[in-house]
Amino acid sequence: MKSLRSRGVTKQAVRKSLVGYAFVLPWVIGLLVFQAYPIVASLYYSFTRYNILQPAAWIGLQNFVTMFTKEPLVARATGNTLYFVSISVPLGLMLSLGLAMLMNQKVGGIGVYRTIFFLPTLMPPVAGALLWLLILEPNGLMNALLRALGIPQLGWFRSPVWSKPALILMSMWGVGNTALIFLGGLKEIPVSLYESASIDGAHAVQKFRHVTLPLLTPVIFFNLVMAIIGSFQVFAAAFVVGGIGAGGSAAGAGGGGPLNSMLMYMVLLYRHAFRYFHMGYASAMAVTLALVILILTVILVKTSGGWVFYESAERS
Amino acid sequence: MTAISASRKPRQNQAWHLRRRAAVILIHGVLGALSLLWVIPFYWLVITSLKPLEQVFSVPLTWFPDPVQWINYIQAFTHPGFPFLRLLANSMIYAVPSTVGAALSCSIVAYAFARMEFWGRDVLFSITLASMMLPGVVQLVPTYLLFHRLGLIGSFAALIVPSYFGSAFYIFMLRQFFLTLPWELTDAAHVDGANDWRIFWQIMLPLIKPAVLAVVVFNFVGCWNDFMGPLLYLQDSTKYPLSIGLYAFQTQHETQWHLMMAATLTVTVPLITIFFLAQRQFIEGITLTGIKV
Repeated sequence: MKSLRSRGVTKQAVRKSLVGYAFVLPWVIGLLVFQAYPIVASLYYSFTRYNILQPAAWIGLQNFVTMFTKEPLVARATGNTLYFVSISVPLGLMLSLGLAMLMNQKVGGIGVYRTIFFLPTLMPPVAGALLWLLILEPNGLMNALLRALGIPQLGWFRSPVWSKPALILMSMWGVGNTALIFLGGLKEIPVSLYESASIDGAHAVQKFRHVTLPLLTPVIFFNLVMAIIGSFQVFAAAFVVGGIGAGGSAAGAGGGGPLNSMLMYMVLLYRHAFRYFHMGYASAMAVTLALVILILTVILVKTSGGWVFYESAERS
Repeated sequence: MTAISASRKPRQNQAWHLRRRAAVILIHGVLGALSLLWVIPFYWLVITSLKPLEQVFSVPLTWFPDPVQWINYIQAFTHPGFPFLRLLANSMIYAVPSTVGAALSCSIVAYAFARMEFWGRDVLFSITLASMMLPGVVQLVPTYLLFHRLGLIGSFAALIVPSYFGSAFYIFMLRQFFLTLPWELTDAAHVDGANDWRIFWQIMLPLIKPAVLAVVVFNFVGCWNDFMGPLLYLQDSTKYPLSIGLYAFQTQHETQWHLMMAATLTVTVPLITIFFLAQRQFIEGITLTGIKV
C-alpha cells in the first residue's frame, strides 16, 4: 500500500489546500447559493403551482402543458423572441465586425471613432429605450428623415409590423461593445500574414477570406454565443418600450406593444412571476428557455470544431 | 535601411503614396459617415432636452432649439415625479457597496485560482467558466424566493449581498491578470516568512490595480444601469434608483419629452464621464473578457 505521502498528501499540501479553500470560499458559497440552488429549485418549482401565500403544490407537467398548448401569449412571445434573435444576432455580428475592421485601419483619430461607436452601450437600457421612443415617434426624427428621402412613414413602436424592427434597430445602435471585442481579435492577427498574402498577390477581399476570417473564428464564436445568450433574454428595452401601444398609460407598463408584437419571452415571464405570482408557471417558462439556450450553445460548441480555427491546433 | 529603399524605385513609391492617400480619405469618409449616424441620436437627445415642448415634434424638424430652454433641467430636477437627488442617492447606495464587494471577493478568489494550489482547483475553475454560459433566467424566481424567505424583499440587501460572493466574469479576468505576475515575487515573499494573505494583500493585489480598477468601473456601471434587479427587489418608490426613476417618470409623464430627455441625459452623463476617465480600463477589460457593460 503506497503511503499517503508518496501520493502527494503531505502535511504541507493539506495546509496549502486549506488556505486555498479559505480564499475560494466566497465564490463556492456564491456558486452553491446563487447558481446551483436556483437551477435545482427552478426545476422543482416548474412542476408545482406556487403563489408564495400557499405552499407549493405538485402538479407534474401541467405547467408545461399549459405553456405549450393553452396560453397563446407564450406562443406569441416565443415567436417574437425568435424573430428578434434570428435577425439581431447575425445583423449585429456583421455590423460590429464591419465597424471593427474600419477601426482597425491605420488612420489618425481612431480613438474618436471608437468612442463614438462605444458610447451607446454606456447608456442605461432605460435611457436608450426612452431616446429611441422619441426618435421613432410617428412625428419624430426618423420619420422626418424618411419623409425627406421620399420613403413612406412607418409606425415603428406603434405598428404591429414595425415594432420588432424598431427594437432591432435600437439594438444595432449598441453594437459598439461587440465591435471592440472584434477589434481586439483583429489586432491579434500578425501583420506578417497580411504581408505574405500581399506578396502572393492577394487583394483585399482574398485577404479577408483567407487571413482575417479564419483567424477571427474564435472571436466570432465567442461573440456569437454571447449574443445568442443575451438576446434570448432581452428584457429592459422590451419592457420599457412595450408600454406603448396600450394607450400609453401606466397600466401599459410591461406590456407587449401593439397587438403584443413586442412581447418578449422574458417580459412575459416577469409578468407571470412578479405580477400574477405564478411562481411555478414562471419557473416552467424559465426552465424551458434555459434548456433552449443551453441546447443551442452545446450545438454551437460541438459544431465549432468544423469552422473555428485555433492557431495552437495548427502547430500539432 | 530607409535611405536605400527610399531611393530604389521612386516612381513606385509615388504611386503607393497616392493610393495610400486615397485609401485614408475613403476610410475617413466611411467612418465619418457612420459615426455621424451614430452620433445623431445623442445630438437629438441633447437638443430635445433643451427645447420648448412645441418644438420637439415640429414640422419641419427643429435642428436647434430656439430659445435654448435650460429651464427644462430645473423643471426636471424639481419635478415631483423625478426626485433626482434621492434617486441618485439610491443608485449610489446600490452601486458603491456592491462594487466594493465585487472587487474584494473576486480578487481574493481570482488570486487563489492563479497562485494557490488546492485539490480540485482546476475543476472548480472549469465550473466557473461554465457558469458564465448559464442563462441567468433560471436564477430569477428562486433567488427572489430565497430573499423573500429571509425577509429581504424591499431592501437593498438583495441587490448588494450577492456581489460579495464573486462573479464568474470578474474572477476570470482578474485571474488572467494575476497569472501574468512573476512567480519569483511569491517565492521570495514566502522565503521571508509572509503568509498567503499578506502576500496577496500587500504585494500581489497592488500590482493588479489597473485590472481591479476595470472591475470597479464595470461593476459600478452595471449597478447604475441595472433595471431588472431594482424592479424586482425594490418596491418602495422612495428606494428607486435612477434607472427605475427614469422609467417611472416616463410612465406618468409620457408626453413631457423635453423634460424626459433632460432627465435621461442627466442619468447618462456620469457614465460618459467615468468612461472618459477610465477609458483604457474599459477597452482592456472588454477586449480581454468580452464583458457586456
